[in-house]
Amino acid sequence: MICAEAFQAYGLRALGYGERLLPRGEIGICEQVVLIGSGMIWNIYFAVLALTFGFFFAMALAVAKAARPAWVRKPAEWFIFVFRGSPLFIQFFMAYEAFVLLPRMGVEFTLLGVAIEAETRWLARAWLGALIVLFFNTSAYAGEIFYGALKAVPKGDLEAADAYGLSGWTRFRRITFPTMLRLAWPAYTNEAIFLFHATALVFFSSFPAIQQRGDALYYASYFADRTFNPFIPYPIVAVYFVIFTLLIIAVFGLINARLNRHLPRAARPRLRIRPQVMR
Amino acid sequence: MFEFCTDPSVLPTGQWFACYLTNGVHFLFYQSFLTVFLLLAITAPLALAMGFGAAAASRAEIAPIRWLGKGYTAMVRGVPDIVFFLFFVLVLDQGIEYIRHLIACPGWTDPIRQGANFIVCDAARTPQSSAPQWVHETYNFALAIFTYAIVFGAFCGNVLYGAMQAVPRAQLETAEAYGMARGQVFWRVLVPQMWIYALPGLSNIWMILIKATPLLFLLGIQDIVFWARELGGSRTSAYQYPHPDWRFWYFLGLLIFYLAFTRVSEIVLSRLTTRLSRGQATAGGEDLRRAEA
Repeated sequence: MICAEAFQAYGLRALGYGERLLPRGEIGICEQVVLIGSGMIWNIYFAVLALTFGFFFAMALAVAKAARPAWVRKPAEWFIFVFRGSPLFIQFFMAYEAFVLLPRMGVEFTLLGVAIEAETRWLARAWLGALIVLFFNTSAYAGEIFYGALKAVPKGDLEAADAYGLSGWTRFRRITFPTMLRLAWPAYTNEAIFLFHATALVFFSSFPAIQQRGDALYYASYFADRTFNPFIPYPIVAVYFVIFTLLIIAVFGLINARLNRHLPRAARPRLRIRPQVMR
Repeated sequence: MFEFCTDPSVLPTGQWFACYLTNGVHFLFYQSFLTVFLLLAITAPLALAMGFGAAAASRAEIAPIRWLGKGYTAMVRGVPDIVFFLFFVLVLDQGIEYIRHLIACPGWTDPIRQGANFIVCDAARTPQSSAPQWVHETYNFALAIFTYAIVFGAFCGNVLYGAMQAVPRAQLETAEAYGMARGQVFWRVLVPQMWIYALPGLSNIWMILIKATPLLFLLGIQDIVFWARELGGSRTSAYQYPHPDWRFWYFLGLLIFYLAFTRVSEIVLSRLTTRLSRGQATAGGEDLRRAEA
């Protein structure tokens, strides 16, 4: 099979388009690269959505954790502790079992004028269930990062803001928030990379891949089982992950440069990438 | 376990659970917690030792040793997480068999890789197929421990190298001025002082190590995740203790176990930080000195 054919047949296989049967018999390298790449769509989907929603929730958590009243602070502290203190692996298993136990029912609501009928059985599917777990998990980790940065905002900046008569929301939006984001950004970049790597765990999380629409590792293990040779598919996964990690670093680096554009060049903090295993 | 357990189906709830939680398979489940502690107890010192070696090697005068130390830490840190874990055990397994094959069967002419299969002579099978079950389990466990130690050793090496660099230069120069040899400076001045700088990084690694233990399940070890899935699955009335799908509750138990473990570690590590700050030329040490004065 030529590579173009493989691409046509399996390019969007992970979304359910193209060839129905996965390749069998003689399996070429093209099919492996294409199909695993197609699975990467899911990894990217999980990472992008979890990070996007997680960013805002993490910000709320950080502000709540830094708040004085205990009824605001305690829930945020506990949320962060629970999700940072336990393995993501266990969180996945537990969430899946919990979602499966939920009674089957539908909820109807309208979002932006479109009627949507949500069903609880969606939660037992990877696209929603695993996404929710990843979302909570990254929110907790990023929340702790933002909390640390919030505490590290220079006292002088806040005093200057007070002197200018800024207070409350205006002070937060114009002084605290930009400085906090700037300080947190290198650590947050690492968190984004972690989370992206953590999407590989979805494969092991017992959320089923319906109609063989799986993520990158799903197809990699399929090929490893079929060909009995793990030395091709797993390195392909690794290469894909490295490529997208570099992409994340590039994008976050640009944002970092923008956040620090007011500083003299020598004083700008550099991104120090420290990818680490497991969470 | 208890005498009243002969016919569980007629027992009231409290006694039923007492019997259920103390039956034979549950003791295997409780034992698997020991597996986790055993893994941590072996891996942590091993990883620390490997990290220390790597950090010391990274500072060596002789270039090849330095490259070895730096190469090791860089290699493991650069490769993405879980792929490494899945892959490395396999490579290790096949590597050991291949080397034993070369030694044990020099006259072997068939290719080892026949298409997709990895075939070595029977004498090189590790462990031997005639070996009892526990040898297979121990071998798998040892492979897992070694994998953990290599990965976490690289992390420790990175942290310890940074800590060694963080010890104030003046301290080392003073020691040299007193006429200490390189080894003496290293063991008497650098090493005692570096721990306080290494501790935040090391405690981070310890937390990650705790949270990495469920991955044992992926390496085919019968650990707590394995037993939680096994025991939690629903049981029909054909079994002695029929129950619906309880996996959620078992995983909840594991979650609480990990949270408690993390919390205890946090408390111990913060005590250790205070202990190590004593007499150090850092802000923490200064605070302690003031408090005592």
